[in-house]
Amino acid sequence: MIRQEDAIIVGGGIHGCSTALHLCLAGLKPVLIEKDYAGRHASGVNAGGVRQLARDVAEIPLSIRSMGIWETIGDLVDDDCGFESHGQVLVAETDAELDACRARVADLNAQGFNHEELIDGTELRRLVPAVAESCPGGVVSRRDGAAQPARTTTAFRRKAEQLGAILREGVAATNVRKEQGLWHVDVGAETFAAPVLVNAAGAWAGRIAAQLGEPVPVETIAPMLMITSPVAHFIDPVVILRGRKLSFKQFPNGTVLIGGGHLATPDQDRNETVLDWRKLSESARTVAELFEVMRSATITRAWAGIEARMRDDIPVFGPSALHEGLYHQFGFSAHGFQLGPGAGAVMAELIVHGGTQTRIGGLSIERFRNTTPSATA
Amino acid sequence: MSAAPKHDRYDVVVIGAGPAGLAATTMTADAGLSTLLLDENAGPGGQVWRAISSTPVKSEVLLGADYWSGAEIAKAARDSGAEIIHRATVWSLDRNLEIGVSVGGGSAFIKAKRVIIATGAQERPFPIPGWTLPGVMTAGAAQTMLKSSGLVPDCPTVLAGQGPLLWLLAAQILRLGGRIDRVLDTTPRANYIAALPHALAFLTSPYFGKGLAMMREVRAKVRVISGVTELAAAGDGKLESVTYVAGGKRETLPAELLLLHQGVVPNVNLAMAAGVEHRWNELQLCWTPVLDAFGNSSIPGIAIAGDGAGIGGAQAAVVRGRRAAGDAIKELRPQAEIIDLSAEMARAERGRAFLDVLFQPAKQFRMPQGDTIVCRCEEITAKDVLDSVAIGATGPNQLKAYRRTGMGPCQGRLCGLTVTELMAEARGKSPQEIGYYRLRAPVKPIMLSELASLPKDDEATKAVVRG
Repeated sequence: MIRQEDAIIVGGGIHGCSTALHLCLAGLKPVLIEKDYAGRHASGVNAGGVRQLARDVAEIPLSIRSMGIWETIGDLVDDDCGFESHGQVLVAETDAELDACRARVADLNAQGFNHEELIDGTELRRLVPAVAESCPGGVVSRRDGAAQPARTTTAFRRKAEQLGAILREGVAATNVRKEQGLWHVDVGAETFAAPVLVNAAGAWAGRIAAQLGEPVPVETIAPMLMITSPVAHFIDPVVILRGRKLSFKQFPNGTVLIGGGHLATPDQDRNETVLDWRKLSESARTVAELFEVMRSATITRAWAGIEARMRDDIPVFGPSALHEGLYHQFGFSAHGFQLGPGAGAVMAELIVHGGTQTRIGGLSIERFRNTTPSATA
Repeated sequence: MSAAPKHDRYDVVVIGAGPAGLAATTMTADAGLSTLLLDENAGPGGQVWRAISSTPVKSEVLLGADYWSGAEIAKAARDSGAEIIHRATVWSLDRNLEIGVSVGGGSAFIKAKRVIIATGAQERPFPIPGWTLPGVMTAGAAQTMLKSSGLVPDCPTVLAGQGPLLWLLAAQILRLGGRIDRVLDTTPRANYIAALPHALAFLTSPYFGKGLAMMREVRAKVRVISGVTELAAAGDGKLESVTYVAGGKRETLPAELLLLHQGVVPNVNLAMAAGVEHRWNELQLCWTPVLDAFGNSSIPGIAIAGDGAGIGGAQAAVVRGRRAAGDAIKELRPQAEIIDLSAEMARAERGRAFLDVLFQPAKQFRMPQGDTIVCRCEEITAKDVLDSVAIGATGPNQLKAYRRTGMGPCQGRLCGLTVTELMAEARGKSPQEIGYYRLRAPVKPIMLSELASLPKDDEATKAVVRG
């Protein structure tokens, strides 16, 4: 039996769940299909950074839109998602890096974006007292912060289900096709049909896009993270580096999360990753250099989540360039968590109204027309 | 003994120097395979033969003949030519058979052609009201102190629980002049009937005579209460009393020390973190790895021997260690002749089914209720777990998002089984369907500074960090 609904969303990450929730709010009935469970991969195990800072200009309007939702997220999903706004700070380790920061902020200001603010060494040390004396300054985005990723994705999932979304977890979406003007997707023994299909399948989205004739240069990555046992409170904002791969954040319970984009080896078909301890060692070295207080902390766990990275490091977001009723929302390239709430809202506008006030043109799949897909697509 | 590994590659790396690990090491080294034995303790023996080469308790009678049988096996390993490193913490193992090991404050990575995990067992969590109070310990912890330092309790002491180790510990404490005020036996009465079909095998096994003699020895000196159906520890900041119900009668005893034990379960953390497939064992009520007859796991090159392969006791562990070693030798030295150990294996496992059924812990001692703490690291109660299930947590990994269970320093060792069983019951599913925490390296915490001081490039990494 074929069950017809308003929209089919493939992928139960923060993006699929957010789009499901916002479609429900707009009065539609979506079905969300997740092969594992909501938040199983990158959305549930990322660093939780809620960051407008240091984004590609093409993403900034979506990021700003999202930030507004984050600040009142409890109203949307009945859970504060562990969101805390202590700002995010980008640290310049050299004068040359600080010059680059200065140029970047000036450029953003010229384009009308004011969320990034250049800071000198004094302000840097006021915000991050434990940072090494040698750092000359950086950039702060004061409204930024961090949230708990699994809790957040779960909250979006739960609220979407409460508002009427149909959830299918633990069964993969297969045989995606268009018949008689409707998208059809098999889910185990069931078949769903809908005029709208949202491809939010993360690391698995490239395959769906390719099957539907829109191959894109995307690869599967697994950014590694590690967390320490609790240490005495010493830092509020999230810290990222300008020149080296590091992000750094202390939770209210004292544990410190260390990330920054070093990659594990993903095994997408096994849902597994093999960690690269030599690269994690580099992260540990960077932390030890910048924050002396961290040297005696112990690492209690390291992991990596599987996700999709585009060749140009910005997502594919918006309507298909080929098919009516098909929408893409994937390839967030290791920085999609903060965008989730806003992207769902904008996606719902695109689906319901056919347009949005939020500038997303630079993220269209159009940009890859006539390019060769990468080997892992 | 605490120098870093001499090489970066070995034919065989054995992890854990208990009965299985010592037996495996001796065999592969004797067969000419380059063998490295890594062990966390200060000396060989694992838990069952802990401190076999250093214990201050020298009298053979006090610790028993089974304990001293370990000395010979430990000596054979020492003489085998294998490289043996104690105080070595293996904190990572992956499907490429790469091992991260910490020795003397420095870490190294080594590669093996075969890995034999012999990390043994741990005590099953015993989550009763008040089990986190100072003064409440596991029987295993008490036995560790007894074996390594000759320490025994001298304050008002209650032993509670079930299983062979409980009786062995009671006997050892009493022989060393320690104090036990009461033994509370929680073996469910129904288990005696359920175990009957396996009784014949048990009666003809070596366990029977020893077990009976030990229980008689303890009963002669201490009051033993059987059929205990409820148990709680209480006190203000430390243990002051133990309350129990037996035969419908409730009694409260003053106590300063409560030693808890309800059997042992495989220590799965390293194997699971490496990706070895495990399944729920309905008889032993724990996770056991999926293995072939030689202990080979779902990951090519990784075998598991000893109690980590499913609880079988020290004798079975020795045979399992030899079988895993034999298979490694066959693989790496195809011309070598390997003795068939299946008859020996059957003998060593005789009587096990009886013990498994008889000492299956009662539900109320595995699945606590209400305010009883389940996860000690994050102080999460049974009620918290059930509340999370009610609002959508479907399994242990989802529960992490709600309650952070399993994410503390113990990595689920003290809450994992309880969480799986509680969630399975609440959701009307089997523990197998509910699953377990996905475990991650480092399997034991390592210092950030130690990780930071790993040599930078690949070549340098192979040369080992020293001190």
